[in-house]
Amino acid sequence: MFSAMLGEAWHAMGANRLRTFLTMLGMVIGVSAVVLMMAIGQGAEASVKRSISAMGSHLFVVLSGPPRMGGARTATGNAPSLNVRDANAMSELYGVVGVAPVTMGKGQIVYASNNWNTDIIGTTPEYMDIRGWRLSAGYPFSSSDTRSATRVALLGKTVVQNLFGEDADIDAVGKTIRINQRPFVVLGVLESKGQTLDGRDQDDTIIVPLTTAQRKLFGNQLPGTVRQIMVQAESDSVMGMVEEALNSLLNQRHNIREGADSDFSVRNLTAIANSAAETARTMSLLLGAIASVSLLVGGIGIMNIMLVSVTERTREIGIRMAIGARERDILLQFLLEAIMISIVGCLIGILIGVSGAILVSVFTQAEVIISSASVLIAFSVAASIGVFFGFYPARKAARLNPIEALRYQ
Amino acid sequence: MQQPVISVKHLYKAYRTSAGDFPVLKDVNLQVLRGDYVAIMGPSGSGKSTFMNILGCLDMPTAGSYVLDGYAVATMPADQVAKVRNQTIGFVFQGFNLLARASLLDNVALPLVYAGVSKEERHARARVLLEKVGLNKHMHSHPNQISGGQQQRVAIARALVNQPRLILADEPTGNLDSTTSEEIMAIFDCLNQEGITIVLVTHETDIAEHAKRQVRFLDGKIVQDTGASASSAENANV
Ligand SMILES: Nc1ncnc2c1ncn2[C@@H]1O[C@H](COP(=O)(O)OP(=O)(O)OP(=O)(O)O)[C@@H](O)[C@H]1O
Ligand SMILES: [Mg+2]
Repeated sequence: MFSAMLGEAWHAMGANRLRTFLTMLGMVIGVSAVVLMMAIGQGAEASVKRSISAMGSHLFVVLSGPPRMGGARTATGNAPSLNVRDANAMSELYGVVGVAPVTMGKGQIVYASNNWNTDIIGTTPEYMDIRGWRLSAGYPFSSSDTRSATRVALLGKTVVQNLFGEDADIDAVGKTIRINQRPFVVLGVLESKGQTLDGRDQDDTIIVPLTTAQRKLFGNQLPGTVRQIMVQAESDSVMGMVEEALNSLLNQRHNIREGADSDFSVRNLTAIANSAAETARTMSLLLGAIASVSLLVGGIGIMNIMLVSVTERTREIGIRMAIGARERDILLQFLLEAIMISIVGCLIGILIGVSGAILVSVFTQAEVIISSASVLIAFSVAASIGVFFGFYPARKAARLNPIEALRYQ
Repeated sequence: MQQPVISVKHLYKAYRTSAGDFPVLKDVNLQVLRGDYVAIMGPSGSGKSTFMNILGCLDMPTAGSYVLDGYAVATMPADQVAKVRNQTIGFVFQGFNLLARASLLDNVALPLVYAGVSKEERHARARVLLEKVGLNKHMHSHPNQISGGQQQRVAIARALVNQPRLILADEPTGNLDSTTSEEIMAIFDCLNQEGITIVLVTHETDIAEHAKRQVRFLDGKIVQDTGASASSAENANV
């Protein structure tokens, strides 16, 4: 009997194709919007999360120069106010597990006939642990390299690709390249980290010992000064304490009195990243919510058409009752029709939403995630909309008085 | 004594209109025994259709009792009433009342859907009945593709498909010419000979003469009943 009713519902849908199609369209648009928006939102969330975990956890960066208020005052040109001794003092602080002074610059890299321009990071071996950066080939440099300023380098994936070609990690190790005309031995190749939150390629980089960078690449800097110091705290719970300790330590070391402008700034990278993740999550929710409104509108469209359909088919309902249909048979019949419209609309919507998401990812390179959960949610929401908005018209049909329905013209 | 299929006592029906209650049936009493063949006659507006709708459990009386096959219809739950409409009664309308969108076969088989019969059996039984009313060639046609007389045959086939004991027909020949009417009446005669109880409404005396018993309505009352036996009249006055 249920299959007979399904067949009839299918038939009724086909009876007025244009109307069924238009009714369905509301559902199709709603569902495809939800699926697409969720795919984009979840993709954004995931790529943010990935950049955060690539960045390393519980991180601070201490920058030399006063905190930038309003972004106008940049400290470039001034001598860096931080130095390696500051870094050493920081590593003594309670809750700090790693400190790496960092100096940065640009360099022209040449290998054979290939050359490439990239960022060069001069730092200490701790940097690798702090950033959670592993090697895909070769070995990291050690503190003896930093001490004697040896000319060794770790290359990022992008650099390797441009100098040695694809999949040349192993080949690159042990080769001699030239950075700003000086020969360097490639010690290792960094594992790929992908993009940062703001879309920079983290693999387009070279890491060399701090002293090498200062003495042999960027020259004429005050010995021992650095622009940044990366600090890693032990856990989330000590982040606040460590931040305070860093500030007071540096204020003391730099002789800055209370209330005076400081010549450094401490930034909680993890907090910044987390708030970016939060923003992404909020955006994803918001997109979903906006898309859901169109689902609701689609549902109302279904209800509208079902009400019209019940009125139009009053006589049919009367006939069915006269030959023995129970209230629940009539209810089921109209409910099935509503559900069928919404489910077919939903399936088409999922199809369009998924292909839309794929197109978006192909054409914009943005990450999209089509999770089975989001498809399932869209599907069940659509089905419940069918039930919810189909119920009232169906009940209206079922409650008709048979003789009045038969008399209806 | 044989139990009547239909037993109606002191039946009243008033329509509720904006101008107040409008009485249509006023103290109607009727007993119909198994195998009976009753023609109800009477002027337009005398309440025949109203009475038939009550007999067919499509409408409820305002007062009085209607016992069908030993069961008081008024006390039945709605699903039970639906089952009675489905299995005990076959109703034939003046206006045929076929589903325009369904094929003749599906129209005839429709009551079986609500009886929970499987698809194969539904179609098999519907086919047998379409053959019985001489329409097996048109099985897959739609109602708008056949004549009024043929539509009424389909409606009769539909009324019979669940093997009811009682056929109720409100002016089954009202929309048909006299030749076609005779053909339809021949089917009813045949059904009655098979033992099915038939109550039909008609305006034409020659149609009414097919029946064994004629009942005449006037202004909501039965004024003449050729078959009113002593016992049923007695019952009616209880
Ligand atoms: N739904 C209704 N609401 C109000 N009055 C009604 C309704 N149906 C019928 N009536 C009135 O009840 C009376 C009897 O109607 P009914 O249809 O039973 O007559 P009938 O004997 O079948 O007439 P006909 O021979 O023309 O079919 C009529 O006066 C009609 O106006
Ligand atoms: Mg009538």
